[in-house]
Amino acid sequence: MRPTVRFLSDQLIEQIIAEARELLCKLGVEIHNDAVLALLGDHSARIDNATKRAYFTPDIIDRSLQAAPDSFRLYDSLGNEAVDLSDMNVNFTPGSSAINILDHESQHSRRPTSKDYVKYTKLMASLEHIASQSTAMVPADVHEMISDSYRLYLSLMFCEKPVVTGAFTIEAFEIMKELQLAVRGSEKELAECPLTIFSCCPTAPLKWSNVTSQNVIDCARYSIPVEYISMPLSGFMAPITLVGSLVQHTAETLSGLAISQLSNPGSPVLYGGSPAVFDVRYETTPMGDIGTMMMDCAYSEIGKHLGLPTQAYIGLSDAKLLDAQAGFETSMGATLAALSGINNIAGPGMLDFESCFSLEKLVLDNEICAMVKRMVAGIEPKEDFPSLPRFEELLREEHLLISEHTMKYLKEEVYLPGPTIDRANRSRWQEEGSRTLGARAAEQVEALVTQHQPVGLSETVLGDLTSLMETEARRHGMSRLPEIR
Amino acid sequence: MDTLQQLSENMQKGNADQVARLTQQAIDEGCEPKTILDDALVGGMAVVGYKFKKHEIFLPHVLLAAKAMHAGMDLLKPLLVKDGIPTIGKVVTGTVQGDQHDIGKNLVGIMLKGAGFEVVDLGRDVSPEKFLDAAVSEKAIVIGMSALLTTTMPVMRKVIALAHERNVRDQLKFIVGGAPMSKEYAQKIGADAYCYDAVSAVECVKRFIGAH
Ligand code: B12
Repeated sequence: MRPTVRFLSDQLIEQIIAEARELLCKLGVEIHNDAVLALLGDHSARIDNATKRAYFTPDIIDRSLQAAPDSFRLYDSLGNEAVDLSDMNVNFTPGSSAINILDHESQHSRRPTSKDYVKYTKLMASLEHIASQSTAMVPADVHEMISDSYRLYLSLMFCEKPVVTGAFTIEAFEIMKELQLAVRGSEKELAECPLTIFSCCPTAPLKWSNVTSQNVIDCARYSIPVEYISMPLSGFMAPITLVGSLVQHTAETLSGLAISQLSNPGSPVLYGGSPAVFDVRYETTPMGDIGTMMMDCAYSEIGKHLGLPTQAYIGLSDAKLLDAQAGFETSMGATLAALSGINNIAGPGMLDFESCFSLEKLVLDNEICAMVKRMVAGIEPKEDFPSLPRFEELLREEHLLISEHTMKYLKEEVYLPGPTIDRANRSRWQEEGSRTLGARAAEQVEALVTQHQPVGLSETVLGDLTSLMETEARRHGMSRLPEIR
Repeated sequence: MDTLQQLSENMQKGNADQVARLTQQAIDEGCEPKTILDDALVGGMAVVGYKFKKHEIFLPHVLLAAKAMHAGMDLLKPLLVKDGIPTIGKVVTGTVQGDQHDIGKNLVGIMLKGAGFEVVDLGRDVSPEKFLDAAVSEKAIVIGMSALLTTTMPVMRKVIALAHERNVRDQLKFIVGGAPMSKEYAQKIGADAYCYDAVSAVECVKRFIGAH
């Protein structure tokens, strides 16, 4: 049996959805994008051009729910299937778009450079329990107008895994699409084998900015998957109660769903989000709060009820260093997320309210992901019945260390973590230098990065990617890109 | 307990009706409007700020107190103007061009208003020209800029450069905030202060306006 957790009854889910639909139809959504307003108007939403409000209809909502696919897959840059976003399948992806990196040497957070990014993406290539990469940090040594597309470029150059990303402007979408076309070869192949997911955020309460709503329709046009990241902040930009915040999240996410499904019915989407409770002492949006995590799991239940694959920013921490808080908040989130069957769990590597990335944490979190995946594989009998012969064998042989049954199921039943997790007895741990978690993780980072192998893309494709990126950089006055090889 | 003390305590508890009543009572008792403002209202808000920092009360309580303060200010303002005492000062706020994040900026605005400042909020995606046009036409003393994206924070430098160009830099103070910002960055772009949250922003504006 796959272990699961539920926070909402079916009845409560249906009530939340009904309330959200009422908000969409009666209160409407403020959308600062004329093309999107026109699109909704064409489908008989009432549009108030003065206030930029679109009043949805039950028909628009039903139609977009019917059109949206219940699952989709991501493919790596070589075209192999890599991520299955369906049913209760669980996949991990690193937290995204950090402003800073936690420098292991100094233990200070600082702006990331291209070198840091390359190290990250090389590391991602070898972390086997994190299925996709994300554009995890924003390198500060390139022009800010290319800092979103340049991350995607570096990711494609050094790691074959699919990429969870997003554009910071309307203009950046074009180059980010071109980079993907250079990898896939044609629009048709890109649509058939998605390589990326774009995060697109509504603004609480019930608004879409020009940029993010345009990103949704641009993605839909090329069947590039979109994840909606609605962020109600309970008690501040949303009702204080978890249920009230969930109503808002549902309404905002359904409005995004309509935008993509009306522009291109059937284009892939994830029912995602990043809600948070608001800490009224520090004026912050804690991702490690238990209420935040409960909302993530609960909206995923709503998404599944609506027949959509889901995503959440969960399994990350607000700690500033790789400390016990970082560990417990991350594990708690990852565990709950997996038990909820959230299909794409975004968090590994992230600290400090989604603003600081740590490579050492990423290596630790890779272990958390592995354990969590082992957990959801559940407890299943494996040639366990009848039990009598096995126990007769144990009594006869005095141990089961080399039993056929042990040899057959050792790897499947027991997850043995990498060297970051300390499992030595105290004497051995001392003899090996009494190293801390941070030191072990840092060593692992270096070891894995050193082992990195070039990606399997052809020299022609790699060349195309580089010339696309160089042209884009020149457009913004950068004569050359930073040295990365 | 004298009226001013009662007034201060009711304001701290967020009892707007009582604050209006007690402000009127203090005026009727012949108290100087400036004394009511400084001793009861501004003094009371200082206590509120202190308790907030100590986690004795939380943000909603601070806002309730601020609203209550307004109830008193509404009565005092005409008298202060009559006495030729300038109102406490104007701040223009906005999120810089290209940036849609406004939650933090709004919170700063709410807290500044609570502390008695006039706030002209230009919203999100604000161009350098708009910041300066508004600051000049509104006769603001402080411009508060917010940026949450590494891609939009350079706009702040442009706003300050434009202030130099228009020869108004000296009459304005620039305060900045948002997740990618830091003290160092604020210094680098020639801003006057960086504030990490709304409560510290209020303290900072008080310093600037006091000096003004
Ligand atoms: C909520 C949020 C959003 C909401 C914003 C809603 C709104 N109306 O503001 C939505 C969902 C719309 C959003 C959108 C996007 N976001 Co956003 N967002 C956040 C998040 C999670 C929290 C910000 C917040 O509101 N915090 C709560 C408030 C109270 O705190 P605050 O803003 O820091 O403000 C306080 C202080 O900084 C200070 N302060 C702030 N401003 C000012 C101004 C003055 C004058 C003073 C004195 C003080 C001051 O006082 C405030 C009160 O304490 C941050 C993460 C983070 N760590 O900040 C990401 C974050 C800023 N977003 C990010 C991104 C990437 C985006 C998008 C580009 C995503 C996308 N692809 O669509 C879009 C941006 C589109 C655009 N062009 O602007 C990144 C930035 C990455 C980078 N390197 O720049 C972050 C860091 C998250 C992440 N890792 O991905 N986002």
